[in-house]
Amino acid sequence: MPRRILFITTDQQRYDALGCNGGRVARTPAVDELAREGIRYTRAIPSNVVCMPSRSTMLTGQHVATHGVWMNGVALPVDAPSIAMDLWRNGYRTALIGKAHFEPFLDPFALFTENSLATLGEETVYRETADGRLEPHRGFEHLELATHNGMGPLHYAKWLRENHPEAIGMLYPILNAQLQVNEAGGGDTGAPQVKHNPMPREWYHTDWVADRAVSWIDKQNNDDDWFCWVSFPDPHHAWDPPMSELHRVNWRDLDLPEGWVDDPVERERILASKPAHWLGWYHGTFVSNYEAPAKWIPSTLTADQVREVNAMVHIQNELVDEAVARIIATLRAKGWYDDVDVVFTTDHGEFQGDFGLLFKGPYHVDSLMRLPLIWRPAPSRTKVAPTTVDTPVGLVSLAATFAEIAGLRRPSYTEAERLPLSDSEANALGHQRVLTEWDSVLFGKIVSLRTITRGSWVCTATLPGTVHDGTDGELYNLADDPLQHVNLWHDPSHRAVRDDLLDDMWRNLPTASAPRRACDAPV
Amino acid sequence: MGSVRRHAILAASASEVWAFIGRPEALHEWFPTTATRVEGDKRWVTLPSGIVFEEQIVLVDNDLRRFQYSIIGNPLITQHLGTIDVIPITDRSCIVVYSTNIDPEVLGLAIGAAAGDGLRTLQEKFGKA
Repeated sequence: MPRRILFITTDQQRYDALGCNGGRVARTPAVDELAREGIRYTRAIPSNVVCMPSRSTMLTGQHVATHGVWMNGVALPVDAPSIAMDLWRNGYRTALIGKAHFEPFLDPFALFTENSLATLGEETVYRETADGRLEPHRGFEHLELATHNGMGPLHYAKWLRENHPEAIGMLYPILNAQLQVNEAGGGDTGAPQVKHNPMPREWYHTDWVADRAVSWIDKQNNDDDWFCWVSFPDPHHAWDPPMSELHRVNWRDLDLPEGWVDDPVERERILASKPAHWLGWYHGTFVSNYEAPAKWIPSTLTADQVREVNAMVHIQNELVDEAVARIIATLRAKGWYDDVDVVFTTDHGEFQGDFGLLFKGPYHVDSLMRLPLIWRPAPSRTKVAPTTVDTPVGLVSLAATFAEIAGLRRPSYTEAERLPLSDSEANALGHQRVLTEWDSVLFGKIVSLRTITRGSWVCTATLPGTVHDGTDGELYNLADDPLQHVNLWHDPSHRAVRDDLLDDMWRNLPTASAPRRACDAPV
Repeated sequence: MGSVRRHAILAASASEVWAFIGRPEALHEWFPTTATRVEGDKRWVTLPSGIVFEEQIVLVDNDLRRFQYSIIGNPLITQHLGTIDVIPITDRSCIVVYSTNIDPEVLGLAIGAAAGDGLRTLQEKFGKA
């Protein structure tokens, strides 16, 4: 029986985006069905809360300190470990369709392979190993790449230019004239990165990714083992789903998210109880990264803007779910669905109004750290009782999970066990903690965080930087404080648990190799 | 203003390295560009993406072994000064330092990336010290 792995990722999707996770707005029946048939993880955590480091962890099974992609703009070396390469070496057909982002997007000197493939017209590039073998780029013998817009060198942009050139300007321009994340507002409320996009749905990148995935799957033979990573760019900003779909969710009908703090005084009090970079960003006095528009000040965010952004995200999530349904329908039509392990997750979350904030950055709270993760094992391969796993697990376990599905030994380069099939197995496998790292340097502005999630506790240490002296941090008990409004870091009665968590974290964090690799682009 | 700096230590004398990289017209021999044209104190550099930068050559100092240039005539780039220094360490080793100040600042990162690529080319040619 062939073994097939369908790995579906979204970009910047919150845990509560899905109906199966309690989401009450976006209809996500396809992914909900995967959850009903498989294992739904209620606390899945990334190794980093931005794209490039998190995606590098998925591919390598390594923590950020080890793979070295310490912030967006730092490329994963082309010879870095890759679970896709292990699968390819073992005879799997391998594809990555959609957003890769192991290499920077802003690349005027054409330094990076993933930016060159569409121009070259090649499915991949092969490199010679030390012993003379030819191996495909990161183990993928087929790459068709996209990001959130129609500009640049990737396949989707090229397709749009060649087939629908009139559509190029329909998508929101992610960058402004200074090549910074665009602060321009749109829609009905003037919210940043919102646009009413006249593009027909069939031209939008979500449907393009599904089209290309279906096309690739259709070309595989009945007896092929394969690994297909389908990587949707949405619901990452810009929030510009096709206008034809806006009828799905009227922002005026939406409740504000639970994490939104309506009273500005209370909002500032909560932010002030956290390390200084929180309130500094809220007031626009400390912009430390490119993850949000530099010229947008979060304290200007209105309740209606939060509603409109959330409506756009819900629409984007519905479109992704319908694209997933289309891919699964293809598998069913070919009679393969029961032979496919399906894993669904995302790379990191999004504030969407929590704490009065949008976008993401050095903020290790559930908004950005609690992710959707579902594993529907192939019924023909293994009989697994559908369940939920509440033990914290990390995306660092994905590579070992794919090896397990393929019947391979866990690669020696991976730093975590495979995902557990139950809470009891989580304990047996040693899923005791999940570690998350943040480092950013923006022309002299430095922020570094290290976080451990263990049981119901999340503890974040700040390292010395531009606004931290290394003594501040965050400690939350998720059981009592699901919104993370009460920072217990300085509470004497929690000193012992804090110190125990920190000791556990420092003993288990890998040591970063030095010197740190250069940041080659903003994103 | 974005400010970046990259460096490499090479196993060759400063004069030998300067003889190679101190020629404004030879940039494409080591920097990730596809063509270079020099007329007087102006230089045009073509990037692999097809972008052409027009540059003012500010300084070619064969004594200091310093080259400075500025990207001009580009509506996106409002300020720029690039500097390449070749500094002797011993009579058989030197350090090459590539610095850029630029507005918009994000382009500094991309130019830094290109400089890193160029410096690796120099290390392959002259060897690492």
